[in-house]
Amino acid sequence: MSLLEVENLHIAYKEIEAVKGVSFFVSEGELVSIIGANGAGKTTILNAIMGLVPSQKGSIKYKGKDITNLPPHERAHMGIRIVPEKARLFPQLTVWENLMTGIYGIKKQISLEERLKWIYGLFPILKERETQPAVTLSGGEQQQVAIARALISDPDLVLVDEISMGLMPLLVDKVFEVLKELNEQHGKTILLVEQNALASLKISTRAYVLETGEITFSGTAEEVINDPRIHEAYLGG
Amino acid sequence: MDSYIITIGIFIAINSIVVSGLNIIVGYAGQISLGHAAFFGIGAYTAAILATKAGLSFWLSLPVVIVITGTIGLLMGLPSLRVREDFLAITTIGINFIVEAFFMYVPFFGGALGIGGIPRIEFFGTPLHGFAFLVLCLVFLVIALFISWWFTKAWCGLACFTLRDDEVAASTIGVSPVKFKLLAFVIGTAMAGIGGALYAHYMRFISASDFGFPVSVMMLSMLVVGGMGTVWGPILGAAILGILPEVFRPLIDYRMLLYATLLLLVIRLQPGGILGDNGFVKSRLKAFSRGGKNEK
Repeated sequence: MSLLEVENLHIAYKEIEAVKGVSFFVSEGELVSIIGANGAGKTTILNAIMGLVPSQKGSIKYKGKDITNLPPHERAHMGIRIVPEKARLFPQLTVWENLMTGIYGIKKQISLEERLKWIYGLFPILKERETQPAVTLSGGEQQQVAIARALISDPDLVLVDEISMGLMPLLVDKVFEVLKELNEQHGKTILLVEQNALASLKISTRAYVLETGEITFSGTAEEVINDPRIHEAYLGG
Repeated sequence: MDSYIITIGIFIAINSIVVSGLNIIVGYAGQISLGHAAFFGIGAYTAAILATKAGLSFWLSLPVVIVITGTIGLLMGLPSLRVREDFLAITTIGINFIVEAFFMYVPFFGGALGIGGIPRIEFFGTPLHGFAFLVLCLVFLVIALFISWWFTKAWCGLACFTLRDDEVAASTIGVSPVKFKLLAFVIGTAMAGIGGALYAHYMRFISASDFGFPVSVMMLSMLVVGGMGTVWGPILGAAILGILPEVFRPLIDYRMLLYATLLLLVIRLQPGGILGDNGFVKSRLKAFSRGGKNEK
């Protein structure tokens, strides 16, 4: 059984249909990418899985349960976390407080010390920034806090939205490395949405290609990379 | 102590309690309220009616006051689930006018004549007035402060802060906006209720206009001046706006003008409030702790 099953999902903003009957699945332990151009509906799909935008038609199943109509915080309690586009930290709270918000409601179930050690191992800069308000951090640092905030709860499904956007190239590599490590060594299931197709395909198990709200191609990461049409359209020839 | 000064102290203490409640709603949970005086009034009227019609003592009526204002606060918090920012401000203004009109036109609440003959608070048989009443108010203020402080340290406080900063992001990490907005409204309005009960028993006569919209504006002004989202801000704001009118008593006709000027100055120069982040108190303290060096 798949961890996440999306079936015939339709999402519209007013009259504009952004997602037109998309179906896909993510199995446990996979790292799945949805690649596509700007405006293809990638972020919309992620937001729908998190419950931030309502869907008109279709269903979203998670751990075999229909979550299509659950509010976001209940989905979060079920172990779904999102690393949103542009981090969306709580600007007035310190880095430490931002991290703590990540384990809200599940504090007793996890060993905080271990998690923190692990998080600070991944992103050493956060330890230095611990007492600073999030708003004073650079874009890259904010992005790291956002990942840490999602990971600290030990989620079952991590949704990652355009992580490479606004990051310096060195950090992009680092972040993709972290995602890869999370997936391979910690068995985390990750659904990645990216414009940076090549970087995301390199670490993915499978991928879907999204074009103006519809999935036009899917397969293993290798198949997608090697498909000539995809290669031309998204990977620069 | 001079009874004039004691009276001012009592008003400042009561306002501090009520504004601390407002701080939990506005400063902590980020839900703007321009109708806080309604709950101050609901607390005062509940205490007054229980004292004059049911003959209950302050101590017996206090839990009832807390439950009633908290419950009505919960109901009035419901709009905050659907409207936000400017629209929430307008809705809460509406609530204030409705509650005031209710007290004004329903005969049970004394109508335009208000409720008089409210007994003093007794403490083991001794009626409290003057300095003793000030001490009582200060005890409640300490409790209010403790709750405010505890809120900043507790999980529910952190949850409220996340709602204030970014409601959508808060929901994605598992914070229920419904639960914590309503929690803030219940605690904040219950604190206003306690302040109202103290006010009713001190004034011993209350009428609907004591709890009108201008009072809500004054309370929000106190909070903005003192520093939203800080534990001590409400007290500083209540003290400044409580003392200034006394100092400027010869200029009583221009009181509102002075308020407005002060508020504008704070907004222009100290947008976080005097005790807020980047306020001059904090930056002075920081400079002091660095040995006076004000590094950039």
